[in-house]
Amino acid sequence: MSRKAYLPLGERITKGAEPLSRVVWGLPPMRWFRIAAHRMGIQGRTGVIALPYLWLLLFFLVPFIFVLKISLAEAAIAMPPYSALIEWAEDTYLTVRVNVANFLFLIEDDLYWKAYLNSAKVALISTILCLLIGYPMAYGMARATSATRNVMLMLVILPFWTSFLLRVYAWIGILKNNGLINNILLSVGIIDEPIVMMQTNFAVYIGIVYSYLPFMILPLYANLERMDMTLLEAAADLGCRPTKAFFTITLPLSIPGIIAGSLLVFIPAVGEFVIPALLGGPDTLMIGRVLWDEFFANRDWPVASAVAIAVLLLLVIPIMFFQRSQMKEAS
Amino acid sequence: MTQRRSMFLLSSVVFGFAFLYVPILSLIIFSFNESKLVTVWAGFSTKWYGELIRNEQILEAAWISIRIAFVNACFAVALGTLAGFSLARFGRFRGRTLFTGMVTAPLVMPEVITGLSLLLLFVAMQDLIGWPEGRGVTTITIAHITFSMAYVAVIVQSRLTSVDESVEEAALDLGAPPAKVFFVITLPIIAPALISGWLLSFTMSLDDLVIASFVSGPGSSTLPMVVFSKVRLGVSPEINALATIIVLVVATGVIAAGIVMRNQELRRARDEHMAAAENL
Repeated sequence: MSRKAYLPLGERITKGAEPLSRVVWGLPPMRWFRIAAHRMGIQGRTGVIALPYLWLLLFFLVPFIFVLKISLAEAAIAMPPYSALIEWAEDTYLTVRVNVANFLFLIEDDLYWKAYLNSAKVALISTILCLLIGYPMAYGMARATSATRNVMLMLVILPFWTSFLLRVYAWIGILKNNGLINNILLSVGIIDEPIVMMQTNFAVYIGIVYSYLPFMILPLYANLERMDMTLLEAAADLGCRPTKAFFTITLPLSIPGIIAGSLLVFIPAVGEFVIPALLGGPDTLMIGRVLWDEFFANRDWPVASAVAIAVLLLLVIPIMFFQRSQMKEAS
Repeated sequence: MTQRRSMFLLSSVVFGFAFLYVPILSLIIFSFNESKLVTVWAGFSTKWYGELIRNEQILEAAWISIRIAFVNACFAVALGTLAGFSLARFGRFRGRTLFTGMVTAPLVMPEVITGLSLLLLFVAMQDLIGWPEGRGVTTITIAHITFSMAYVAVIVQSRLTSVDESVEEAALDLGAPPAKVFFVITLPIIAPALISGWLLSFTMSLDDLVIASFVSGPGSSTLPMVVFSKVRLGVSPEINALATIIVLVVATGVIAAGIVMRNQELRRARDEHMAAAENL
């Protein structure tokens, strides 16, 4: 009994898994892999790390080298549509042609600056709005009874699992001129003609806040739920007013959650494409959309790559902060 | 004072959930609308579901998407488990900082950048080694595995750091080979994390528009790509019907998974309790 107690699921899974894993490891490709690894002196541990490590190196890190490379190439009418960076001129000596014109173009053209700054602004304001809406929600959830808490947690996670694209689409039906809000306001008689909400910055803010709100609530909730309540009790016993206790105890202690949530909203929001494309107007300039158009509409891969490098420069510090907060969380 | 504060909390929670759910509810309600004008009610009808089932373009794209999502989820769980296990159990190893960086960065990296960079890689690889030949289902799957495995790794890592290492250590001390310890002890402990990681990878792949658009080729339009091109032209009740089906499937799945996992936790707690009682 007591052995079963420690491994409630283990017993059952092992019975199935052991012969299965023996068969899998005995299959020729796996056997060759094992023998090869053994000959090269690779221990099991190194092998375990190596597989995901190499995958991420090849498909996550190395691609950025190509983005950098092509951002320094020239656009050409060819497939793929850019010039070669390194060429054997007349088959004798190596020439390296570096073309910084793409970056100069980004700096000189107003459009890119506007898109760049506007993206940062939209992402920042959306992050603050998410925080203002999400913090009280996370706080309320963390202070609820455990049954209600589980239900609410499920309700926060559920939209996160349903299609992002379709949830953004839902707002078109609500915000457009003959949409839900305008229909209700018109029929009640508050307004005489529809308010234009679609294809405005307002719609983009709604879309981003709506889509990213769960990303703000979840880390905040995880933080607030763990908080030591005796601190607040002690403060109350010593005559501290609840508002003051909140600002001097709860808020400072929840800063790690605020940082994690804000970065989870801010970083992807800067490069957001779907929301400005569906809800924004022609004048909603956001850098993700500019990159998309350079790539798909203008087929200018080098300029699209240069835009990607520019976005990465903007995001490199927030991403490093995010990694630090994640590592702290893990340890 | 406390009365006022709890009123504030209650109303903000209610407002927040209304904000999250009104759009989803409106999608569902108007999928049963007779009229083609999505937001003007003209009577109950299920005709848009019929239209949806007869729309071959959507069905074909859905089938491609489901296949990609399935393969993606299986690979992502395998690779992500190895990654999460390495981060949680191997302490310091060479290149750990870079590894942590590569696992967490895909979680927040804007999709347009990931998509573009992967496309450029695939083009260069085809140039150099002739693989992958053109772009399509394979390249989309590889791209999806890359970001999905990062999510799985984080889920597995956080699950492993929250459980005690001592059971695994005891087994190793008693002479069990590491691979056996992994399959017999670690795997059952992280089984819930693997299930949620698989489901998350599946849905994220099913949902991805941006990355798939960059790395797809002719004849491999995924469901989000077809939906996006339709939605760009305006609202369409068929898409509402599709959304309703997805929401219902996901809601059932998430609620069922939640109940199963809670029961399992309860059973584990009860077993541990009984074991403790036995040892007294």
